[in-house]
Amino acid sequence: MKLFRWMLAVGLLGALGTAQAEGKPDPNLARNLAATCANCHGTDGKAVAGSGAEALAGTDKAKLLQKLMDFRSGAKPATIMHQISKGYTEAQLELVAEYFAARK
Amino acid sequence: MWNRREFLKGAALAGGAVALPGLSGCAMGAKARGHVVVVGGGFGGATVAKYLRMWSQQGVDVTLVERNPQFISCPISNLVIGGDKQMSDITLSYDGLRSTWGVKVLQDTVTAVDAAARKVTLASGGVLSYDRLVLSPGIEFMYDQVPGLESEAAREAVLHAWKAGPQTVALRKQLEDMKDGGVYALTIPKAPYRCPPGPYERACLVANYLQQAKPKSKVLVLDANEEITSKKGLFTKAFEKYKGILEYRPNSELREVDAASRTAVLEFDKVKADVLNVVPPQRAGDVAAKSGLKLINNRWVDIDWLSFESVSTPGVHVIGDAIFPAPTMPKSGHMANQHAKVTAAAILNLLAGEAPSPTPLVMNTCYSFVDSKNVIHVASVHQYDAAKKTVMPVQGAGGVSAAANELEGKYALAWARNIWADMLV
Repeated sequence: MKLFRWMLAVGLLGALGTAQAEGKPDPNLARNLAATCANCHGTDGKAVAGSGAEALAGTDKAKLLQKLMDFRSGAKPATIMHQISKGYTEAQLELVAEYFAARK
Repeated sequence: MWNRREFLKGAALAGGAVALPGLSGCAMGAKARGHVVVVGGGFGGATVAKYLRMWSQQGVDVTLVERNPQFISCPISNLVIGGDKQMSDITLSYDGLRSTWGVKVLQDTVTAVDAAARKVTLASGGVLSYDRLVLSPGIEFMYDQVPGLESEAAREAVLHAWKAGPQTVALRKQLEDMKDGGVYALTIPKAPYRCPPGPYERACLVANYLQQAKPKSKVLVLDANEEITSKKGLFTKAFEKYKGILEYRPNSELREVDAASRTAVLEFDKVKADVLNVVPPQRAGDVAAKSGLKLINNRWVDIDWLSFESVSTPGVHVIGDAIFPAPTMPKSGHMANQHAKVTAAAILNLLAGEAPSPTPLVMNTCYSFVDSKNVIHVASVHQYDAAKKTVMPVQGAGGVSAAANELEGKYALAWARNIWADMLV
């Protein structure tokens, strides 16, 4: 039924040929995952200056990923990031780190 | 009605030179074209408007219909009620959406949705056509469940202050005018309601104010739920700090109000207060609840979690407090902002003839002040479960603060500044 609904929606737009098969990986996954961080760390990781939140845009990928993994393992203490980072897979955290590293 | 050319002309006239940030970025989402109408400019609606423009490199036209001239934030509004912040601290402009992002912001109200014709009617008389509609109306109060609050006069005497704005100011004034030795009573409806920890935060901040300014006074928390619904251990500790001033009564559902005497009628008891603050039971905002969309429990909109599209009505997406939540998902501004981003991504895919992402993820952070400086949080992360067709909380992730602390007081204010910018700037 769900597939039928999407086909219907896509068909109405007259673009049936470009429909993604359901389950195909999301090409915007890194962007979408990184957007979940923006509430505290600013749109695209550009935190409001002087707000006290850490800006993530332009951070070195390896450094940021290590930090996130250390939060996740509990090696790095935190008020909240140790709890949030556990909600993401390692692959998801890597995409997030890569996305923010590429923001200038 | 707005076609694309008129829209661009209007945007150019309204905003002078419309800046085009994001044009130098990559081409993700750039194929999408069309007109999206967003109804409601709160945490959900403002965010989806901005992200649709940002992620489409301005390729998608967006009209935001919002009844208020400015955004007033519910989060942090309890600090205004407690006297720690001013209204100016929680009031923000929609100008950034107009000038930076080219969103057409209309101060108006949608009176009817014609989903078959893909049109909405405005109170001012105009009609807007859309390719996709996003409803982010927040909550409506179910006053039919609170006998005694039928009249406007009763509702001006017994405030909710559960939508930030004039009622926030009025409740603060009632507290300032209350005599030392007076009783402030707050009633909490059965869950689900907007902002689960919000009532307990409000009780703490009012107690904090009264402790300093009118120490003979009392805060009475009348909770329809059988226990504190959010951060229970931490709020229990906070309430102990206000021992002698604050009393918490679970299983105390409000049955009726006598507004003239500011009396809350419970099943077995009547409580007369000097300031009676009733948070009524809630449902999805009218534009979502009365447009023929399928509701659950006759209260909340049933949506598809991959796109936030109504399960019954193609082309209409609903986000924020108005939806039937996924398991353990709170109704919060933070969560509405997260819904908005999943929805923006899904709509851009749909407008480009592609399916929405099969792996959406949303997360929540709610900070609550227990006094002017000390804060506690609750956090959760929710990943899509294809078998269950909903987003599920990740086991082992999320949690609450170890104890109330000042560092998170700073983080809470940083959160507010950043989420406000994320939706409006």
